[in-house]
Amino acid sequence: MTKLLSTEKMAEFANSGCLFFEGLIDEDINKEFLNDIGHTDIDDVDNIQHYFQNIKSSSSIPRIPAGTALKDAYPLNSPLEKIFKNEIVSGAINSLVGSKTVVDHQFLHLTFPSKYYAKANQRQMSQVNHQDSTIDPRTTFDIQLFYFPTDVTKEMGGTRYIPGTHLRIVNEMGIAKYQNIKGQKNIICKAGTIGIFHNGLWHGAGVNFSDDIRYMFKVRLQPTEKQELLWDPEKKYQPLPNRALYWTDETKDQTINDILMRSYPWQEADTNRLDKINVVKFWRLLTGHKKMDVDYWLTRIENELY
Amino acid sequence: MTKRQKVLVLYLKFPSLEAEVISWATFDGTGKKLHMTGDSDEPPYPTGLDALLDGWRLFQSSQSIPEHPGQEFRTSYLKHEFFFEKIEEGDF
Repeated sequence: MTKLLSTEKMAEFANSGCLFFEGLIDEDINKEFLNDIGHTDIDDVDNIQHYFQNIKSSSSIPRIPAGTALKDAYPLNSPLEKIFKNEIVSGAINSLVGSKTVVDHQFLHLTFPSKYYAKANQRQMSQVNHQDSTIDPRTTFDIQLFYFPTDVTKEMGGTRYIPGTHLRIVNEMGIAKYQNIKGQKNIICKAGTIGIFHNGLWHGAGVNFSDDIRYMFKVRLQPTEKQELLWDPEKKYQPLPNRALYWTDETKDQTINDILMRSYPWQEADTNRLDKINVVKFWRLLTGHKKMDVDYWLTRIENELY
Repeated sequence: MTKRQKVLVLYLKFPSLEAEVISWATFDGTGKKLHMTGDSDEPPYPTGLDALLDGWRLFQSSQSIPEHPGQEFRTSYLKHEFFFEKIEEGDF
C-alpha cells in the first residue's frame, strides 16, 4: 500500500521545492541502519577515509549501477529496503517521480564534529551553497530523498537549504558566493526524518559543532514517465477560477493558489514575479492543465493579439 | 603597520542602495574572523545604504543587462550585487 501525496502537499512541493516527513521511520529501523553502517563514537575514528571504507565494505548498502529500478535496488529486509517500502515514502516517490523510478546515485553523507578537525589540525568549514549535479534546464525533474537516522540538533548544523530556489537555473557551485541567504533554513529534525528535494533546490551541509557524527543518506531518483497527475490517478484536480487581484477579497478562504503563490524573503522585487510565473508553468506540467493560471500571471502575458 | 582588505558583498532586493539586503557574504583579510556559508541568518545591515553609513566603500555593482530574447522568464543567479570594502591598518 502506498499513500499518495495530497494536492496541497504537491502544491507545497511545486512552490518550495521540498517536503519533510518528521520522524517518519521507526526507531528500530533507525537503529538497524546505524548498526549496519557500524556507527561509532567519534573518539574511535582516526580518519574519515578509513571510516568511509569500513562502511562501504561491511554495510548492506549495495553498489547500484546508475539507472537501476528502485524496486530492485536494495536487498530484501535491509534497512533501506524497509524505508523505501514505507507507505508514506513510497507514496511520495510515486506521486513525484512515478512507480517506475530509477536510481541515479546514492551517497551516505557524514559530517564530522569539531573535535575531529581539532585533532587532525584541519580547518572546519561548512559546505558552500550549491545545486546538485550540473546545470539542468529540463522541465522534467528528479528528486533527492534524504534520510536522517539520528536526531539532528541545531548544533549539528543540519543540511542548509533555501526554500523556493528549485526553479532557478544555475550551474552547481555557481551560487557558492552567496554565503547567507535571507530565509535559509537548516534541517533540524528527529531521528527517522525523511526529506525530499527537487533536484534544483539550493543547499549545502552545515558545520557540525556537536560531539557526534551527523549522517544523511541520500538517493537521487529519476522518473521514467511523464510526471503528470501521478498523485491524482483519477484526475480529479481542477484549476480554480480567477480571483480579484491587489484589491483583494479577504473574506475568501485560503486555497491551493495561496500555497502556489507564496513568496520568500530572498526573492528580488522584480524576479519574484518571474519565480511565480515559473511556479505556474511547473504546476501546468504537474496537473496537465496547459492553460491554467494563478492570479493572471501567465494569462496577462499570453494575451498576444498581434 | 600593514594594510588588509575586508570585503562585504550585499545582494539587494532591487538595484538601488536603498533596497533591503537579501543575501550577504563577508571575507576578512585581517584574519580576525573566519566567515563561512550559513554562519548568520540575519544580514549585517538592513539596506545597502546602511553599509555606506557604517564606512564601507562601494567599489563594484552589477550592471542591468536586458534579458535575452526568448529567455525573459528564465530565473537564475541573484541579480543586484554590490561589492564593498574597508581597509584596515595593523600588525597582521
